Amino acid sequence: MIELENVAYSYGGGELLSDMSLSISSGAFYFLTGPSGAGKTTFLKLCYGALVPTAGQIRIFGNDVRSMSRDDVAVMRRRIGVVHQDCQFIDHMSVQDNIALPLAVSGNKTLAEDANIKELLAWVGLTKRAKAFPPELSGGERQRAALARAIIMSPDVILADEPTGNVDWEMSERLLQLLLELNRMGKTVLIASHDLSLIRSAKSQVQARVLRISNRRLQLAGANL
Amino acid sequence: MKAVLVFLEGLRADGHRDRVVPSTGFTATLTTLTAGAMAFLIVFALALSFAASRLSDRWADALQGTATIRISAPADQMNIQVERVLAILSTTQGVDAAKALTVEEQQALLEPWFGPDIPLSNLPIPRLIEITQTDDGFDAQGLRLRLSAEAPGAVLDDHMRWRKPLVQAAQRLTWLGALAILIIAMTSAAMVMLAARAALAANAQVITVLRLIGAKDAYIVAAFVRRFASRAFIGAVIGVVAGAVVVLFLPAETANASILTGLRFQGADWLWLAIVPPALACVAFVATQLAAQRVLGDLS
Repeated sequence: MIELENVAYSYGGGELLSDMSLSISSGAFYFLTGPSGAGKTTFLKLCYGALVPTAGQIRIFGNDVRSMSRDDVAVMRRRIGVVHQDCQFIDHMSVQDNIALPLAVSGNKTLAEDANIKELLAWVGLTKRAKAFPPELSGGERQRAALARAIIMSPDVILADEPTGNVDWEMSERLLQLLLELNRMGKTVLIASHDLSLIRSAKSQVQARVLRISNRRLQLAGANL
Repeated sequence: MKAVLVFLEGLRADGHRDRVVPSTGFTATLTTLTAGAMAFLIVFALALSFAASRLSDRWADALQGTATIRISAPADQMNIQVERVLAILSTTQGVDAAKALTVEEQQALLEPWFGPDIPLSNLPIPRLIEITQTDDGFDAQGLRLRLSAEAPGAVLDDHMRWRKPLVQAAQRLTWLGALAILIIAMTSAAMVMLAARAALAANAQVITVLRLIGAKDAYIVAAFVRRFASRAFIGAVIGVVAGAVVVLFLPAETANASILTGLRFQGADWLWLAIVPPALACVAFVATQLAAQRVLGDLS
């Protein structure tokens, strides 16, 4: 689905990431770990076309990122759900409208919107908060709302950048359960996190592959974490 | 081609999209106010243009093809000289008709200045002879020479001397009005663009979110463009109505002041006012589109 071939990225100074090759396969569950500042967020941005590699090739759903137009990138993002650590919303619209935004933006009226959104809100446990505005939400509620928004288009891949960074352990577990459930439904999931206990907890429930960024390179970490 | 699609997308109404940009805010009020003020000024620039254009037409028409001969002579010679001048005129090529004004006609001309009761016949008033020229006109220089030889008290005034600069001045005034409208439109565009840039900066988060969830540029641009165009339109309607009301209270044209003209719009001129709000909305539309596309270009 997403293929990297000798990819490097530099912000102008030295290279932050270099010589990374990886093929993210359909239906797999990945963790991306590494120390702060190692380039986890940069790696994710490369994966959804927010950054273009300075060397090497990235193909997303078979298309070379470099050859994509701005509109191609926009359409491609409808197939990739992204959840950030500091997820941003449109603050003057209700949670429900925010979650439905990707549908409106893509002009997709064929989906049975209302039923879909209600179901989704119930699934992430935000039914009672549907009419609230994003600034009124707690950290955990924001993360779950962002997750709901990321998957309403039924994307093939879900990329989550430190989704549990701002929430307590109980909420982390809950978010992890939601992501595991999505994976069981056949979605590819990639979570960037330096929370080792979260990774251990996941590994006990799913065949998770752990990628580690160290010394600017991407490595497949051993089974022992 | 893509630019055209983006442009068309901006025209399409979409309830959800129209809510994406917050409806209130400082720039919102500013845009409406600016458009209103600009529309108000345009109304006066239009009034000036139309009035000046009417004035120049009228002056050109009224003075076209006429000339006057003024005869100042001692009372006993007056009639002789008038006869002589008329005789000269009847043999001058290019003179269609010549007519000495009667005492009553001269009195009517002087009445606005001296009042009706002046005993004109007692005063040494010069006599006037009105000449109507043929289309080709006459040789003014030659006529002057003949007059000075045969009727020394006669002075030819062919109106050209003061007609040309007046008509020219009125025409310039018309152009000045048009130039003012152009400058106002350009200022409006610049102001809307600044307001749009401020709004785009203030709504950077909205744009980031939209881009992240897969909104195409056309969608994002349209969300802002429609907002600004409609604000400019509303502001312009208010400004035009206010301007029109003020123009209505300006002095109207009266029958007496034939050389002057009222600043009020006349007849079909009023229709021009209806064009102002859509035109300003178009200016805002294009200005916002340009501003938004520049901002989006910097966003990955």
